[in-house]
Amino acid sequence: MSDVVVSETQPQRVTPGKVAGFAGQLAAAGITARSETPLPGLAAELVLQPADWGGAARVAAESALRWSALWGDHRPPAIAVMALLFGADGHLLLRTEVAEESPELPSQAPFFVAAGRPERHLRDMLGVRFDAPDARRWTRHQGWDEGVFPLRGDFPAAGTPAAKTPPDAGYPFAAVAGEGVYEIPVGPVHAGIIEPGHFRFQAVGETILRMEEHLGYVHKGIEKIAVGRDLDRLSRLAARVSGDSTVAHGWAACQAAERALGVEPPPRALALRAILAERERIANHLGDIGAICNDVGFAFAQVQMTRLRELWQRRNLELFGHRLLMDRVVPGGVACDLETGQLPAFREEIAFLRGEMEELLPLLLEYPSLQDRLRGTGVLPPKEARRLGALGCVGRASGLRDDLRRDAPYAPYDRLAIEVPDCLDGDVAGRVRVRGEEVLVSLGLLEKLLQQLPEGPQRADCPAPGREVEGLGLVEGWRGETVAYLRLDAEGRVLRYFPRDPSWLTWPALEVLLGDVIVPDFPVCNKSVNGSYSGHDL
Amino acid sequence: MFRIYDKIRRTGRLTEALPPAGDKVAKLGAACQKEVAARFGGSLAIRMVDAGSCNGCELEMHALNNPFYDIERFGIHFVASPRHADLLLVTGVVSRHMQEALERTFAATPAPKLVVAMGDCAGCGGEFGTSYASCGPVENVIPVDAVIPGCPPTPVQLLQGILELLRKS
Repeated sequence: MSDVVVSETQPQRVTPGKVAGFAGQLAAAGITARSETPLPGLAAELVLQPADWGGAARVAAESALRWSALWGDHRPPAIAVMALLFGADGHLLLRTEVAEESPELPSQAPFFVAAGRPERHLRDMLGVRFDAPDARRWTRHQGWDEGVFPLRGDFPAAGTPAAKTPPDAGYPFAAVAGEGVYEIPVGPVHAGIIEPGHFRFQAVGETILRMEEHLGYVHKGIEKIAVGRDLDRLSRLAARVSGDSTVAHGWAACQAAERALGVEPPPRALALRAILAERERIANHLGDIGAICNDVGFAFAQVQMTRLRELWQRRNLELFGHRLLMDRVVPGGVACDLETGQLPAFREEIAFLRGEMEELLPLLLEYPSLQDRLRGTGVLPPKEARRLGALGCVGRASGLRDDLRRDAPYAPYDRLAIEVPDCLDGDVAGRVRVRGEEVLVSLGLLEKLLQQLPEGPQRADCPAPGREVEGLGLVEGWRGETVAYLRLDAEGRVLRYFPRDPSWLTWPALEVLLGDVIVPDFPVCNKSVNGSYSGHDL
Repeated sequence: MFRIYDKIRRTGRLTEALPPAGDKVAKLGAACQKEVAARFGGSLAIRMVDAGSCNGCELEMHALNNPFYDIERFGIHFVASPRHADLLLVTGVVSRHMQEALERTFAATPAPKLVVAMGDCAGCGGEFGTSYASCGPVENVIPVDAVIPGCPPTPVQLLQGILELLRKS
């Protein structure tokens, strides 16, 4: 593991479809699409007629593309709607436009399950209606009225909230009836130190028949309050979309801005961003491995992993000035640096953690009474992972190995060989193993990045563009593919910011992998997925 | 099994003498322990509520339980229900969607109770402020006894903040 290489013998278990030629496939299906010069970072961009929105998704599903993200942008008198798809050769952006007074579109959810909740979010936030089978509200609880849409231009960010927002008691959960079936409502306030959300269990005895998530409790209006910010204040907001992914979201937002402005961050800044991102990946995986083991009562792993994580975070503070690395990624580069004198200690730290992990991982992965609890628990079969488009280590533990660092590389990963660990078991044990292996891979990447650390400045200027521009950021965060869409005005102020956390694609996986799991195993299954509530609720 | 015991033996105790934070943690902790003993019969039960945080504060709260800080040795522990709690540790701005849940959690906590707003969001609104979606800082929704600033506060700052509150209340 000391050297990171792409193994020729690794099976390429990645999204198989290709973006190139997709326009031709659409044409063969009778759908005309206008090809546009793609935004930087994309492989292709197509403009569709609204009526073809669903049909294009059908063709994309047949072509085995992976569905990635959906968002809208109010540009009176129209609402622009964009969907992002991923193929083995890069990302494809689909665009269409609907009139603001009758914003209706065919749903993509019948062809991509993953589109369901984003479409409901778009309806709640912008009023775009989809003819989807599940037309329930999603992000909106009782915080604002039905029929008004916070992301419309005429909706003030302050809104007109009531002094007291009532609880969302009437959310229409799907019902399961039958002899002996009972419901357990859990949340939004949970028992542990964890974010709020509601889980509705239908169980028979100890066995979960069905679990339904109700999220949106920590909706803070991120998309709305981004509007009007300059880029520095945008990057501070992006750093707080999900605190555990502060580097990933910060990088995605800044990358979107830089691509929109045509700014190239200095090579040293990009290398430092990657160093920050790998440090974030390692910290989170360490925390998760410990917490997962702790949820089945194996305190040894929790103590060891939290120990390593704390040491790692202290070094974050020492080297970069923040334990979680917040606000280190800034528009045009980074707000930190590494001095040559710091490198030997950094290398020692890498070697130390590798030694610890090489000792601890086999211990955990072979310890029978731990594995007895983790193997076969919370299985997400590979077929389901692909159907849902599951990202990050959740996807990889179920054989879906997409990783933008390798598959759609951006600097500095484009000059590094990236090994992507995976397995086909799809259980909690698999997700622990993949996390552990990802830590080792990231340690190797850190070594490479330190070896090749370019000299030069840490930051480039981000001048006002002088005209309206848009850009897309695509970064592999520790949870997986992290997306940011940005539209800026002539002064470089935000007109639209949409961050898509990978959790949108993994929360639905949690519902699926709970089939036949016993209620007491819910916490360990939940932890093994570890979706971000904040990153999802926005 | 032996390898696990061996690893435990070789890891040793971390909870002492880990400079530079070690000293500070031990001192702070001892002071906390004294206050907890005097006012809470030796045991301070904390219930955390995320009312709309980015989850950064939660990560640092978790860290208080790691072997370096091991906050339980000072008689301070996190509990699963507000009904068992002496102190509510609230993070984040209060999202509109969490307003009622926070009020109910506050109501479910037996008096006398303390409320600590952890982090800049809970204390003054932070990056999110007040909007259609956010009630702003915690004091806009329930009474707050102390604010621990920071984004997020470090474990040491968190311990310090709790100690200051215990001393003044």
